[in-house]
Amino acid sequence: MKRYLVLEDGSVFAGEGFGATVSTIGEVVFNTGMTGYQESITDQSYANQILVFTNPLIGNYGVNLDDLESLEPQIKGVICRQLARRPSSWRMQDTLPHFLKQNNIPGLQGIDTRELVRQLREHGTLRGTIVDSVEQVDEVIAHLKQVQPTKGIIQKVSTKSAYPNPGTKRNIVVVDFGIKHSILRELAKRDCNVIVVPCSTTAQQIMNLNPDGVLLSNGPGDPEEMTAAVKMVAEIEQHFPLFGICMGHQIFALANGAKTYKMKFGHRGFNHPVRDIATGKIAFTSQNHGYAVDAKSVDKDQLLITHEEVNDGTVEGLRHKHYPAFSVQFHPDAAPGPHDADALFDDFINMVDQQKEER
Amino acid sequence: MPKRKDIHKIMVFGSGPIIIGQAAEFDYSGTQACLALKEEGYETVLVNSNPATIMTDNEIADHVYIEPLTVESVSRIIRQEYPDAILPTLGGQIGLNLAVALAKTGLLDELGIQLLGTKLDSIDQAEDRERFKELMQQLHEPVPASQTVSTVDEALAFAHKIGYPVIVRPAFTMGGTGGGMCHDDDEMKIIAANGLDLSPVTQCLIEKSIAGYKEIEFEVMRDAKDDAMVVCCMENFDPVGIHTGDSIVFAPNQTLSDREYQMLRDCALKLIRALKIEGGCNVQLALDPNSYHYDVIEVNPRVSRSSALASKATGYPIAKMAAKIAVGLTLDEIINPVTGTTYAEFEPALDYVVCKIPRWPFDKFTRADRTLGSQMKATGEVMAIGRNAEEAFQKAVRSLEIDTKDFFLPAAHQATDVELEDKLVHAQDDRLFYIAEAYRRGYSIEDIHELTKINDYFLDIVQHLVELETTIESQPHDLGVLKQAKQYGFSDETIAHLWKTTVDVVRQLRLTNGIVPVYKMVDTCAAEFASATPYFYSTYDHENESHRSTKPAILVIGSGPIRIGQGVEFDYATVHCVKAIQRHGYEAIVMNSNPETVSTDFSISDKLYFEPLTLEDVLNVCDLEQPAGVIVQFGGQTAINLAAGLDQHGIKILGTSVQDLDAAEDRRIFDQVIKDLQLKQPVGLTATTHEGVIAAATKIGYPVLVRPSYVLGGKAMEIVYNETELEQYLQDNANVAADHPILIDAYLEGRECEVDAICDGTDVLLPGIMEHIERAGVHSGDSMAVYPPQSFDQDIKQQIVDATKKLCLALKCIGIMNIQFIIHNHEAYVLEVNPRASRTVPFLSKITGIEMAQVATRVILGESLRAQGYQDGLYREPQMVHVKAPVFSFNKLDDVDAFLGPEMKSTGEVMGSDETFEKALYKAFVGAKMKLPENGNVLLTIEDHDKQAILPIAQRFAKIGYRLLATSGTADFLQKNGLHVEVVDKLHEAGQHNILDAIRDQVDIVINTMGHDYQKTSDGFIIRQTAIEHNVPLLTALDTVDALLRALENRSFATQAL
Repeated sequence: MKRYLVLEDGSVFAGEGFGATVSTIGEVVFNTGMTGYQESITDQSYANQILVFTNPLIGNYGVNLDDLESLEPQIKGVICRQLARRPSSWRMQDTLPHFLKQNNIPGLQGIDTRELVRQLREHGTLRGTIVDSVEQVDEVIAHLKQVQPTKGIIQKVSTKSAYPNPGTKRNIVVVDFGIKHSILRELAKRDCNVIVVPCSTTAQQIMNLNPDGVLLSNGPGDPEEMTAAVKMVAEIEQHFPLFGICMGHQIFALANGAKTYKMKFGHRGFNHPVRDIATGKIAFTSQNHGYAVDAKSVDKDQLLITHEEVNDGTVEGLRHKHYPAFSVQFHPDAAPGPHDADALFDDFINMVDQQKEER
Repeated sequence: MPKRKDIHKIMVFGSGPIIIGQAAEFDYSGTQACLALKEEGYETVLVNSNPATIMTDNEIADHVYIEPLTVESVSRIIRQEYPDAILPTLGGQIGLNLAVALAKTGLLDELGIQLLGTKLDSIDQAEDRERFKELMQQLHEPVPASQTVSTVDEALAFAHKIGYPVIVRPAFTMGGTGGGMCHDDDEMKIIAANGLDLSPVTQCLIEKSIAGYKEIEFEVMRDAKDDAMVVCCMENFDPVGIHTGDSIVFAPNQTLSDREYQMLRDCALKLIRALKIEGGCNVQLALDPNSYHYDVIEVNPRVSRSSALASKATGYPIAKMAAKIAVGLTLDEIINPVTGTTYAEFEPALDYVVCKIPRWPFDKFTRADRTLGSQMKATGEVMAIGRNAEEAFQKAVRSLEIDTKDFFLPAAHQATDVELEDKLVHAQDDRLFYIAEAYRRGYSIEDIHELTKINDYFLDIVQHLVELETTIESQPHDLGVLKQAKQYGFSDETIAHLWKTTVDVVRQLRLTNGIVPVYKMVDTCAAEFASATPYFYSTYDHENESHRSTKPAILVIGSGPIRIGQGVEFDYATVHCVKAIQRHGYEAIVMNSNPETVSTDFSISDKLYFEPLTLEDVLNVCDLEQPAGVIVQFGGQTAINLAAGLDQHGIKILGTSVQDLDAAEDRRIFDQVIKDLQLKQPVGLTATTHEGVIAAATKIGYPVLVRPSYVLGGKAMEIVYNETELEQYLQDNANVAADHPILIDAYLEGRECEVDAICDGTDVLLPGIMEHIERAGVHSGDSMAVYPPQSFDQDIKQQIVDATKKLCLALKCIGIMNIQFIIHNHEAYVLEVNPRASRTVPFLSKITGIEMAQVATRVILGESLRAQGYQDGLYREPQMVHVKAPVFSFNKLDDVDAFLGPEMKSTGEVMGSDETFEKALYKAFVGAKMKLPENGNVLLTIEDHDKQAILPIAQRFAKIGYRLLATSGTADFLQKNGLHVEVVDKLHEAGQHNILDAIRDQVDIVINTMGHDYQKTSDGFIIRQTAIEHNVPLLTALDTVDALLRALENRSFATQAL
């Protein structure tokens, strides 16, 4: 079925629909990874976004239960050049179009994705909608300009009630801002007894759980909306070892007086080189963020910038100067993406164990 | 880390002559490396024995030596130049082995010369099978069960332990030379023995076969700071079992999920770190298609053919970066030359699909064993880029320049089902076409998977194309279908065929309806960052990114894949043409399909279109670029063949006009020109029927030279001595004979020579005459040649100059032209004219200092020879003597007759230069790996009519201390003439001294002139094959033997009793 992607700047891309047939609105963003479409599609950080894959082919190895990053993906659309005709993998349990249909996510193929990406690169992230017809395109565009797709999104994707992911060693509280399963997998690998709590959990509630450490998860949207969470972190970091990832990193920065800003088109992909400033070592990292911490706003008495993106110098990691707390903008949990930085989880665990001993 | 300041002068090794497994990719990597070192301010010294390379240009390195890549010769250069360091990892296996050998002599320590890049110990660890296996065990990385053996018995014992099939991999040989898959003891006995023989350390690895696994390759980089990254991951269409150089390859990987990809990426990075490689390396992995299990196949601790492919596939210049890393720079301080704004520490993201298909020499070697396995057989490769796998695949197929331009092969269509299934099971070069044919016959994807073990995803690409064929065929002139067909890469020609109409009708329909390709940029980053790389590919998508420049542009057509008869020489000429165009103030646009070359380095031209070299694809680029003209004289026959079509479509061909190009190539017109000019040429006739050919031969008188018209490299050309042989020839070449008229020429005996002349319409410059050492009968590409001529007097030279001048002017040559002569009874006869640059251009350019391709290009652009400071006539001859020797790849190919004849067989060449002819000859022989001991054993196996001629040769061998071996007939004859000869038994004689054993164990050189023994079962063939198998130098022309003796005699002292 012929369907369209309409952008707020008035441009229209015609393609062939697959997956769900609903019409959706979202922020149109692109990802440059050449594998891992399933992980990206189920990554809650893409909630209320329409994701463009620069790799010209997706769906080629189908979908399987092992590679899900969330159970109810909130992505608003998938745009690609071509959907594979015949997926092939020994692990395949479903096809991508069928999976999308089941999850009520529309897809569009046959789009000149490179053209679209060049446009997004020039203009920055744009709002867009997937529709069946462009007869009343002006109305569609007018409406697009009204909506704020990612406003209040974290409340929507975060768990409504706490749940455990049992282990036998350290007690870790994970604050869910739109968590990827890969973070839980990394903690499980290290035998952590995890309790995942909603994003609205207060400092007192966390203290009541008396954890050995706290992890702030990734999530979609604008970190500055998360004022309650920022307050919570400002309190919690004084009591427990803390590790922030992506949205968690931004909230940690805000809690310590830094500012965040919306990037032109963000970092989405997994070939972003990040320098560990202390050692000079570089890791290729999995990234998915549209906001970043403003380096100039970082209070040098409170925070140390530990990591930077090699090419554009974006703040990629912070460490607290007085408390056992650190954060990274990228995903050491990968999925999709390289495992180059997975030792950061070990750093967190070591920090937790050390604090536990000292206490 | 900043670059090193403690070193100033760096020596770089090239890879020597082009052979199978080591082709133009090392010219590309070596050139890049030298330029990168220069850019960083180092003084460079380059050594390479191959003159047909860009890297041996004076502009590339500060000091260029075209000398043999042997320890002796390079040691001399080192003692002359005193480099501070050597960079050995960019000259392929040859460069690497040379560095190892030099280090062993102690010279490097003595002079305090450092080796840059990867340390020798790491190289050894990667290449020594046992040490590599140990390392893998330490790293807990899986490798297939294997054991190193040094005898056939050990090999058999291990095979019994792990079970067949097993793979034999000889240690320290290149391209897997001599290896192979064994299914039983009989195969093992043969292959293991051969492998042990070829291995310089007499070792083979016997390995459990993992045939059927997915074959995945990673190109990885690492710097001294231990940062490491993946440049490209490639996936083979063919599962493990076929050498990666002989596999169809796609990039990026097509069937891996992120979990599998990251698992393998972790492994590749772990290996490059463990081996402490500083620069680039290639990691080959095999992945079980049904589990997470994988095995490490091998690591190449240097840049390779795959890294050249990866560089072109991603835009990321691996060799350049490797050279910079070698002098201490780190990835995060080198700017990514593609984006100009980001750093080299960046894993490229592709937003297109790349397909590489090897180019095999079986169109030339029609009797060769075409089976693909662990021994690489391809001479070159093509690459194509598309927005989907189907498009890339189809573009690659039509880039191959083989008999078919799409997935339809008549031979496959005619095969029986049994034959077809056999072709699917036992992979040969043309399996792809049989897969397509199987679909047409109703085989399912499952059936084909069962037979080929190829992944369903890849098989479906072919199925999709076959389905589209049906769709296209059933809906002629439907625009929707046309658009779809173009998006999946169908050529106008295929569509026209399916619609039963002409190509021009399809093209016109496309143009009228705006169905034209757009051009997209290769930018390493999937458009995430703005880039200014002038590197484009066509696709049928929406947005065009390539825009015509305001500056007038000239399009240069490259020469496509490296094949026998059309090698790296043409890339050399193409690159020089580009330089001249730019210097002349035009923008130079290059089109080519070969990823191994310098011409497809996007920094060479103003714009690079990586495209198939077919009329349709060239016209499409012309439509967009509106070039001031197209130059076709430097891209070999590939480019010349496009001239007429371009001209018909109103594209301006610069230089010699299409009509005049035709005059040189059309026999009838050409004969008239010769007649009008009153020049001499061997009597020749043309015939189109079987009877006509026989009649013509009878009329001319045997022996005659027969060949089809319009061929390059003497394809299907033979000297026949009688009617029976002619009948056989016609039968063997029935398919060629059907399409083209057959040319029959009198075969004259005499010295051959050739000239490359540059003509501006008034003056004709002859940079030099190259005299062939073998007399007529051996293809010019396979002959040794010397410059200046050694046996021509002034009169002959004048005849040649006069004839050349007349021909150039009469054929209205503007640019360059190659003419071949034969000197018969002191008269110059014209053999043929090629209205284009020939393979001798780089050779003569280097020697004479005249950049011939550049001078010719300037002429083509309107600058006269006089304006360029040249005069009419033969250029002054130099003091030094320069000899060119051909190099062959017979030991890579089974069942190819090593006997030299009119059909070209060599894959590369070397040059030897010195003050005397003999010394130059010696260097050329050494460069061509024909290194002979002071005292050795020579086996003489000769045709009866050569008996008289062999006597002086035998006497000369005896005199320099060689022991003669011969079979009874020849031995008797020589003994009667007072020579000491050891008799060996003929093949069918059951004596004690078997000839084949003698070749294997005793003989240093085999002389074999039994040219009529071309049947595989004949004695002559078997003797030659045995010599090749055991790497015993083999000479089949007595003129070559004479030249060799001159070189050896010059080396030895005279010993005579008083």
